[in-house]
Amino acid sequence: MHVGIIFFLVILGSVLFHIFTPWYWTDVASNWGGMDDTITLTFWIGGGVFIAVCLFMVYCVFKFSYKKDRKAEYKPEDKKLEKILTWATTLGVAALLAPGLIIWNQYVNVPKNAIEIDVMAWQWGWQYRLPGEDGKLGTTKVVNINDNNPFGINLDDPFGNDDVMIQSDVINLENNRPVKILLRSVDVLHNWYVPQFRAKMDAVPGIVTYYWFEPNKTGEFEVLCAEYCGVGHYAMRGGVEVQDKQDYDNWLQQQETFSDLIAKQKILENEKTKLAKK
Amino acid sequence: MSEDFSDNKTIQAQSSETISGGGSGITPDMDYVRPAEVGEQDLYHGHSFITKWIFCQDAKVIGVQYFLLATFTGIIGLILSWLMRLQLGFPGLAPFMTAEHYYQFVTMHGMIMVVYFLTALFLGGFGNYLIPLMVGARDMVFPYLNMVSFWSFFVAVAVLLASFFVPGGPTGSGWTLYPPQAILEGTPGSGWGIMLMCISLILFVAGFTMGGLNYLITVLQARTRGMTLMRMPLTVWGIFTATVLAMLAFPALLVGALMMSLDNVLGTSFFMPTILKAGEVLEYGGGSPILFQHLFWFFGHPEVYIVALPAFGIISDLISVHARKNIFGYRMMVWAIVGIGALSFFVWAHHMYVSGMNPWFGFFFATTTLIIAVPTAMKVYNWILTLWRGNIRLNTVMLWCLGFIVTFVNGGITGIFLGNVSVDVPLSDTYFVIAHFHMVMGIAPLMVIMGAVYHWFPLVAGRFLDEKLGKWHFWLTFLGAYSIYFPMHYLGFIGVPRRYFEMYDSPYVASAVGMNEFISLAAFIVGAAQFILIYNIIKTLKTGKPAGHNPWQACSLEWLTPTVPPEHGNWGDRLPTVHRWAYDYSVPGAKEDFITQTTPPSEVAHTKVEKT
Repeated sequence: MHVGIIFFLVILGSVLFHIFTPWYWTDVASNWGGMDDTITLTFWIGGGVFIAVCLFMVYCVFKFSYKKDRKAEYKPEDKKLEKILTWATTLGVAALLAPGLIIWNQYVNVPKNAIEIDVMAWQWGWQYRLPGEDGKLGTTKVVNINDNNPFGINLDDPFGNDDVMIQSDVINLENNRPVKILLRSVDVLHNWYVPQFRAKMDAVPGIVTYYWFEPNKTGEFEVLCAEYCGVGHYAMRGGVEVQDKQDYDNWLQQQETFSDLIAKQKILENEKTKLAKK
Repeated sequence: MSEDFSDNKTIQAQSSETISGGGSGITPDMDYVRPAEVGEQDLYHGHSFITKWIFCQDAKVIGVQYFLLATFTGIIGLILSWLMRLQLGFPGLAPFMTAEHYYQFVTMHGMIMVVYFLTALFLGGFGNYLIPLMVGARDMVFPYLNMVSFWSFFVAVAVLLASFFVPGGPTGSGWTLYPPQAILEGTPGSGWGIMLMCISLILFVAGFTMGGLNYLITVLQARTRGMTLMRMPLTVWGIFTATVLAMLAFPALLVGALMMSLDNVLGTSFFMPTILKAGEVLEYGGGSPILFQHLFWFFGHPEVYIVALPAFGIISDLISVHARKNIFGYRMMVWAIVGIGALSFFVWAHHMYVSGMNPWFGFFFATTTLIIAVPTAMKVYNWILTLWRGNIRLNTVMLWCLGFIVTFVNGGITGIFLGNVSVDVPLSDTYFVIAHFHMVMGIAPLMVIMGAVYHWFPLVAGRFLDEKLGKWHFWLTFLGAYSIYFPMHYLGFIGVPRRYFEMYDSPYVASAVGMNEFISLAAFIVGAAQFILIYNIIKTLKTGKPAGHNPWQACSLEWLTPTVPPEHGNWGDRLPTVHRWAYDYSVPGAKEDFITQTTPPSEVAHTKVEKT
């Protein structure tokens, strides 16, 4: 008797926990609300199956627990029942898969007007690069990276000169404008993840990976590294500030471009050589 | 041999399932079973303590050896999990807990539990003990190889544990061992630690292959007369199919470990692209980190089923015996095991949706992954339909079965979240994943192991484990484990990433502090509860109630040996002859509520046996 009751309470407790939990997802701050909807749908269908199966089990425990004079039913197979269950399950699974695939299709197809952002990761930090007025990022190579060229931009690539360099772990984004995050890493795997945006993807050394989203809430968000990258993984944080167009444009104006940086370095070098001559 | 056969040509396949005992009355040849095709195997009988108990060739002793060593490593894994939970629930409380140590414990806990505990225990432990007994063989077909298999496992464990004592300590690269991080400074144990891990895995795979070949060939070649494949208990089907998976999946891990060792020691670049480390470009170039992930998960996903399929098989048998009812839809169950096994080779990249592989793969792997849910769901339905109109003994064994159903269905359904590619995006690499796989391949198989221990202990030791202690053990474990992992899913919804040594004060996870403390306390209790079993076993060996023959009134062969516990050679003078499947419980018209597999049809001619 008590066995059935305890199992019943476990099921009931699970349902109540789900309804009243104070721990639930953060307010979505991007276009990926559809992922939340699919999760909700999966909760309804999957949760329904969980409850149904467990309650059936509890019922059996109450109803058919051992009595010496009772004999169990002898019925090796029931083809019809098995067929019905197979098809019902297939249907349920298809109902979950379809919306999932539709959203994935959106996820892998980046809108044309998305602004590209180079997110460069290393152990353990982030920095960012935005295309300049030409709208294109210059190509890069890991071996080019040095103090004068922190992003490893190929010097003979004309698209690279006006790239905006943000040597900080905080990046600003324009509200309601899709961004294509281009991820690269110079050492190990990383993952640029903002829980409120829902989206994520690993940064893999040797290749450039991508994903996109459209922020739709202004404010500050924390960036977490979501792929284990060694002993500093948990401390590999960054930030995002989503701003309205005006504020964003102001911010962008103040950032340094690659040619600014080169010019500055030339001045520095000249001064150094002058000092040396003296 | 060919001469022996010539007489038998006219004989039809009478021992197949086509015969029905129902209502046909006694006919002269109804008990006929085809004669053995080959002679009996010669066994090596140990004479000294060393050949009987240490370098032993008896599959039962080897099974117990596997079981004990796997349990020993499992306890180490358990202690590591305590240390991890100590840090997560009460950061800063243990002064020795640095981030390096934390990641080393995470890694060793994961690898130990998946490979050295669960895999070794299900296949090496239960496989060795049960396969020969359940198919009516005297031993595994290659007893010597079987012994070498165990001792390879022993050396593998020794090498693994040795890594705690080498400079730099064990690897802290996560149980997935992803390069480049696994072999670069910045990850603990990137020198000796990862090297020993790879060597240990290679030894494990080598030893496991020896054992695996034994299980396969014993099932295929050494079944006793009348034991057709479709009469085998589902335990054997589960272990058999899991072994096939292991034979195909482990080589991928082996080459992965080998290639990474070469990258580490010889400076090859299988998995290593151009890397900038501390301002210097390393001497690597052109390799692909994602290639390793493909190799790892081509092993890693079937590995989930290498653990799950034996659990499926065993639980089917336990439920059937203790519900006094045949397993519902036996044929569906067999094909579901085989189907899940086959499908499990086409789903691996669902672990890699956000790994940076070509995202178009997502469509394929999401579809295959959700297809696998169908046969899995069928198995769940058949378990609960076996309870339906049964005569359920609510003993400790059945409690573990019920606990398994709840945790497995829970974990299976969260698997549908993660398998459905776009739902996986927000949840992957968060605590949702931790909760999911612990529920479905940690706790659920553990429930099966425990159920199996309580069920077969009377066979192995001849005494019943104490029921009262068993029930305490069950409720503490089940309720405790459920309250660890059920709420943990919700940490994942918040977005708490896994493998974080400390969360600091991220605004949206501040509310998780209380839950982390609760989970840690529950984890300490559940871990401690496992020692109830150890106490129970020690106590039972001394003073337990003797079990006698076939104490559960089961149908399957392992309970029908002439001596309990079975001796070396299992069957005394004569091998058993099998006349029916392993599930003739509560047959209408039969005197008792079970008909053993060895009962000839003539003895039960007037019962309504439907399936033989």
